[in-house]
Amino acid sequence: MINQLFPHVDWEKMWAATYETLYMTLISTGITFVLGLAIGILLFLTSPHQLWANKVANFLVGAFVNIFRAIPFIVLIILLIPFTKLLVGTIRGTNAALPALIIGAAPFYARMVLIALREIDKGVIEAAKSMGAKTSTIIWKVLLPESLPALLSGITVTAVALVGYTAMAGTIGAGGLGNLAFIDGFQRSRGDVTLMATIIILVIVFVLQFIGDLITSKTDKR
Amino acid sequence: MRITLSKGVPIMIELKNISKLYSTKNGEITAVKDVNLTIQQGEIFGIIGYSGAGKSSLIRLLNGLEKPTTGAVVVNGQEISSISGNKLRAARQKISMIFQHFNLLWSRTVEENIAFPLEIAGVKKEARAKKVKELIELVGLSGREKSYPSQLSGGQKQRVGIARALANNPEVLLCDEATSALDPETTDQILDLLLDINKRLGLTIVLITHEMHVIRKICHRVAVMEVGQIVEEGEVLQVFQNPQAPITKNFVMQVSGKKEATQSITQILQNFPTGKIVKLTFIGTKSEQPIISHLIKEFDVEVNIVHGSISHTAKGPYGTLFVQIDGVESSVEKALSFLKSIEIQTEVIEHD
Repeated sequence: MINQLFPHVDWEKMWAATYETLYMTLISTGITFVLGLAIGILLFLTSPHQLWANKVANFLVGAFVNIFRAIPFIVLIILLIPFTKLLVGTIRGTNAALPALIIGAAPFYARMVLIALREIDKGVIEAAKSMGAKTSTIIWKVLLPESLPALLSGITVTAVALVGYTAMAGTIGAGGLGNLAFIDGFQRSRGDVTLMATIIILVIVFVLQFIGDLITSKTDKR
Repeated sequence: MRITLSKGVPIMIELKNISKLYSTKNGEITAVKDVNLTIQQGEIFGIIGYSGAGKSSLIRLLNGLEKPTTGAVVVNGQEISSISGNKLRAARQKISMIFQHFNLLWSRTVEENIAFPLEIAGVKKEARAKKVKELIELVGLSGREKSYPSQLSGGQKQRVGIARALANNPEVLLCDEATSALDPETTDQILDLLLDINKRLGLTIVLITHEMHVIRKICHRVAVMEVGQIVEEGEVLQVFQNPQAPITKNFVMQVSGKKEATQSITQILQNFPTGKIVKLTFIGTKSEQPIISHLIKEFDVEVNIVHGSISHTAKGPYGTLFVQIDGVESSVEKALSFLKSIEIQTEVIEHD
């Protein structure tokens, strides 16, 4: 029945592409989480009246974030080709998509981290200071746990965006469902392949969103 | 300014010529100006003022959350205003603070919140658990160990705040409007707890507030702040009995109910144009004696109570009573001289 509805779908290829999409999404989400957190915390701590208040550092980090957030992803991939070649050794395949995915998503997530950290009650940070807490203690035991639900819902949004980015990266040879939909579906006019790839991408997005929402609400004790 | 230190008690906190300026877009703002203050060990010292008087800045100078622009802050022999880094962090473990909005970590349970300062101090896990248990009992939160702050009432949250503040056995407890977000009944419970802690642990407490009720109930001494300066300072009873600055009189009126008294006096003066209206101020044990019944029995006068109030301060009760004394002029005079003879502050309010 499914084979009648989707006559041109090569399932082996489809599952391989799904695996590639998942691989790119999960690895880039993981690295984006760490990198975005670091940049976001830096942005927060260097902003006025904060622990490391520093106009120059805040401006530089802010500028970096804004520039990379402003570049359209498809352009970013092209701009990063020399860098990718240097780092990965090739510009084809799933690993070659990772630098662009991460550099595209980390600044985006860093902004969300900043928003999450700004939502923390200033009084709680002051209380930790009044107890004699070091900055590292404040980061690990106040900033991160107190903003965790927002950090998690932020990474969920970022992960969903990354699924979309992998599809775009696919069109220039990174593999994955986007690549399959473009080469096998669009270029060979096989609508059923495009449709199946879309359905799988939707399922991935829904599952990611569901897991993200679940963890977010579990951690929120407010 | 009156200096009212008790002899032989060590000094815990000293502020010397403190000024604190903030630079803003609209120029410099003086939050604290030329403040000199000495607080003794084991004392409950209150600082009262309206919002914007500089009390928030002042209390934050005591644990180095703010640095003075000029002057020195010395707490327990250590100059807080000139240390930083590890030294300041170590000092802060002995100068703890509670807050108006409690400032608990919502992501931690009651016991985890109380354990937080112990984690900062590097206390081992087992010792931490033991101390947390003690503190939970001390502040009366047994059974709520695993609750999150969001499941607690305001009073319970402040109890967690107090337990957390006591975790590292501090020498000084700073209370930043600690009862201002609580209802009157809960306020009294928290104040009783603070009084109990002060007596039991000999802790020096510095509190800032805008409620005279708080000062009256637990403070030994009080400083009144207005636009960054201390305008009056002294023993609480003394300040209540004989406020000097206009702002202090206003604060005292908050609790003595004098505003209503003034109204009823005007009415009484209209209704009873005869006799004398007398304001009696009782301090200490005198307020517990049956003076009025004595007055009626001994002298041939009628006594009409216009208004009365009694307040309990940390250093004994304090009361005011407005009465109309009517009768033959000579009897009234005799009654008045009797009142004067028993060391009760008497003030005759004239008909006009």
